[in-house]
Amino acid sequence: MLKIENLSKSFGGVAATSDVSLHFPQGSLSAVIGPNGAGKTTFFNLITGALRPDKGRILLDNEDIAGLSPPEIVRRGIGRAFQIARIFPTLTVHDAILGAVQAHRNQHTVMSRRFPLVELEERAAHVMQLVGLTGKAKVLSRNLSHGDQKLLDIALALVLEPRVLLLDEPTAGMGPEERWAMIDTVHRMWELERMTLIFIEHDMSIVFKIAQSVKVLSYGRVLAEGTPDEIRRHPEVIKAYLGDEFEAAHA
Amino acid sequence: MNARSSLLRDSLIAIAAFLLLAALPYIFPSKGFTDFVVRLAAFGIFATSLNLLVGYSGMESFGHGLYFGLGCYTFALIMQNFAVSIPVAFLLTILLSVVVAVVVGSICVNLSEIYFAFLTLAFQMLLHSLIIAWTPITGGDQGLTGGIPRPPFLGIRLDNYYHLYLFSSGLLVVCLLAMHHIVQSPFGYTLRMIRDNVSRAPFLGINVFRVRLMAYVIAGAFGAVGGMIMSLFVSGAFPDFAYWTISGEAIFMIMLGGITVFLGPLVGAVMLLLLNDVVTKLTSHYGIVLGGIILLFALGLRKGVLDFVADMWRDRRQATLSAESRSEPVASAKPVAAGE
Repeated sequence: MLKIENLSKSFGGVAATSDVSLHFPQGSLSAVIGPNGAGKTTFFNLITGALRPDKGRILLDNEDIAGLSPPEIVRRGIGRAFQIARIFPTLTVHDAILGAVQAHRNQHTVMSRRFPLVELEERAAHVMQLVGLTGKAKVLSRNLSHGDQKLLDIALALVLEPRVLLLDEPTAGMGPEERWAMIDTVHRMWELERMTLIFIEHDMSIVFKIAQSVKVLSYGRVLAEGTPDEIRRHPEVIKAYLGDEFEAAHA
Repeated sequence: MNARSSLLRDSLIAIAAFLLLAALPYIFPSKGFTDFVVRLAAFGIFATSLNLLVGYSGMESFGHGLYFGLGCYTFALIMQNFAVSIPVAFLLTILLSVVVAVVVGSICVNLSEIYFAFLTLAFQMLLHSLIIAWTPITGGDQGLTGGIPRPPFLGIRLDNYYHLYLFSSGLLVVCLLAMHHIVQSPFGYTLRMIRDNVSRAPFLGINVFRVRLMAYVIAGAFGAVGGMIMSLFVSGAFPDFAYWTISGEAIFMIMLGGITVFLGPLVGAVMLLLLNDVVTKLTSHYGIVLGGIILLFALGLRKGVLDFVADMWRDRRQATLSAESRSEPVASAKPVAAGE
């Protein structure tokens, strides 16, 4: 269970996140939405330790992880994929994923043995199969298509066996068909691995199709939260983000 | 090939390389040749150790000569001032280099590229200034002269030039084998990950500072071994071995031989030492000729010799793999239909 309490972060005079309190039950699938500049990525950065909060608590199974470094937070079970895929261009898909597994199993400073450590292969193979990259295991990451690079980015987080997985716009930059294939993969992954999955997404058809709950941020604050049905009818969300056209189209 | 068999293969190659090196003086029985190989051992280890940082870790150190100079002077001073055996002096020198590398590395490794490059250079020049200024101990700008005692150990007599040749060749082979093992270990792949994407690595649980510091210390220790061989070769130590140009030469070796292939720096060391030996015989304008050749590589090939060869092979292989992966069916299940 991930519980955020009064989380705040300012850059100079700009409050990027302001008194955000949210609750993500264990095993839930939640979407975080909001207009550009709403503080969604900052929210992820605070949870994963990329930024230190000015105040507030981030409780992962009742342990406050606010202010810990990213490696410490990863070790406590929070994984993350990025809006722009952050991969390892000169490594093959297989080697990159195995590198992540060995880091997760604290074997990444081993010098007495050769890479790859065979006992870690099973987990890497499982995750490659899960995201559909098995056939591209020997391809250099930099030679993958944009969609496959996004999948690899997710695989790198998934291989860490996270209790909470944060995906920042997993479908960014994809065409419609590719986008739905990605969402299908993400959904299948969530069903199989049963982690708490939180994703940022701008495509409302995706959000309302797969999310169990939706959190809406605006100007760094929580504007609304609820089920997809509650959010699509929420007057303030329609006014601040979805727009009247969305309401008319989905009435 | 599994991990155990690749280690066995490397060890067999190393033994074969050493036996070949041991036999070469019988084919080329000239003092010039053995001297060349001893210098190559010193610079080959030194340049390869720098490439652990530059090539594998993405840490462009301009001051790696700190460890070459430190190894050279520490070893020479220990041998001149204390009645210890050569292996003990070797171990003490490596120990000191590790201590210095831990201190310098702790300050430098988390800095961004340009600050890391110049702060490491500053530390090297600090050592150089210390050597020049501390004349009673270091001999100042004249260097440590008077020779190095070479007490025999394990039947090895380093005052015999063939023994020195074998000893240096053995160290070259052992150090290259050890460094190759390191870059092929899980640790070596962690270094590649940090080099490729330093901002992603922490989100996989990697403590970037710790891993970089380990790489820096290892590179420093091997760099010192290069310096010790040079100290044995010249039978002393000179301030030039701690001057910034020694770091520059190692960078040139990496540029010439290749950064992405393990043996690139060694090949670069062969090229640079040959250039040095040949060009200096033909002209006094060595720097101009060397600069021209470096420019040729930088602007022409845009990579080292072995990089060029390896890239051609990799591109061909990746093109085949990409074509194969495109022709395979997608592993994921049928996509969810857009909308409802």
